[in-house]
Amino acid sequence: MINEYFDTIVIGGGPAGLTAGIYLSRAKLKTLILNEGTAGGQIILTHEIANYPGIESISGYQLANVMKNQAKSFGCTIKSNVKITAMNLTDDVKTVEINNKEVYSAPSIIISTGGRSRNLNVPGEDKFKGKGISYCATCDGDFFQDKNIIVVGGGNSALEEAVSLTKYASSVTIVHQFENFQAFEHAVEEAQNNPKISFIMESKIIEFIGDNSLEKVIIENQSTHELSEMNIDGVFIFIGYQPNTESIKDIVALNDRNEIVVNENLQTSIQGVFAAGDSIQKRYRQITTAVADGTIAALGAMEYVNNNKILNHA
Amino acid sequence: MLQTNLKHILSEADLKKEITENENVMVCCGRMGPMCVPVYGVMEELQPEYTHVAFRDMEFDSPDAKAIRNLPECRGFAGLPFTVYFKNGKVANATSSIQSMDQVKAILDSAFKK
Repeated sequence: MINEYFDTIVIGGGPAGLTAGIYLSRAKLKTLILNEGTAGGQIILTHEIANYPGIESISGYQLANVMKNQAKSFGCTIKSNVKITAMNLTDDVKTVEINNKEVYSAPSIIISTGGRSRNLNVPGEDKFKGKGISYCATCDGDFFQDKNIIVVGGGNSALEEAVSLTKYASSVTIVHQFENFQAFEHAVEEAQNNPKISFIMESKIIEFIGDNSLEKVIIENQSTHELSEMNIDGVFIFIGYQPNTESIKDIVALNDRNEIVVNENLQTSIQGVFAAGDSIQKRYRQITTAVADGTIAALGAMEYVNNNKILNHA
Repeated sequence: MLQTNLKHILSEADLKKEITENENVMVCCGRMGPMCVPVYGVMEELQPEYTHVAFRDMEFDSPDAKAIRNLPECRGFAGLPFTVYFKNGKVANATSSIQSMDQVKAILDSAFKK
């Protein structure tokens, strides 16, 4: 049984989804945003945003709140922290079920499920989250004053955060699985020139060990497969992002990186289903690109709904 | 002060009053950071459903937050927020770092059974 009919349902409430919500609602399309987390997506992870045109400086949390309130002011319905339990996106009238009970339908859908930080997925990682393992230097750096820590990763985030963590830690060891870094040259140089930073290359952490909190890690050299033990107070993990597309992998076409395949109008492999933001195939992932995606997908969905005049409202 | 829609605990005396006057209290002690904001969001969403629980937040950096920071149950915590669940004034559970809706609900359902 359908609980409520909409013109468009947006799955995901990050910048792309909220922008789509703003455009659709302002165009008087009845719009629902369903969000499995807190509205705002990954931008709430950003302490300060200084490159969003028109705003000199703002926190990610504040920007997300402004976008959310803007969408709501045009009549958009936003449901956060819901669990999507079923979806039918292939029929003309598409349905989305949440929390195993409420079912919503719409002729068009925008998928903007974003991405999330990658985990190492090794033994002990869950157990010591918040007890030695962190994914946020600005949040947890000050717990490691004068401590010895590891930063895992070799991209820009890993190297920049490693440098910022030297404000607190007495030593920072960067553990990276490859021989070379993927970061920009200036970020690599800054890390290499920092006397508190050392490097363990071509290596992976394969286990976290401790009692109540993290005490040591087991590191495996990727060339020799030699194992070594290292006593450590904390580990910060920055190994990139992955798209949140597990729930739609058998529904819309994905590429080999599990990103949603879209055309230039951001339509997916299914008629009436559009996608936007960090979950789609693209090179650059910025708030501004997500916002642009949200706009394009919303305009596409509007055109689709108007052209097809699907009788959704029974 | 934290920019949330939760009732704020501003002092150690406030905390004592809350856990004395309410049978079930969940306190999220954090900052307006990326690991904390999602937990406040979860609490705001759950408030209407869990009417038998008092949902509160507290600024981690306020001096009086030592009442949370120094709890034996928070020893070894090294990730914000520190979230503490009080049942009849006693700590029933405590977690460190970000928690999902499901994780929070699991604790509420076991620690604060109706």
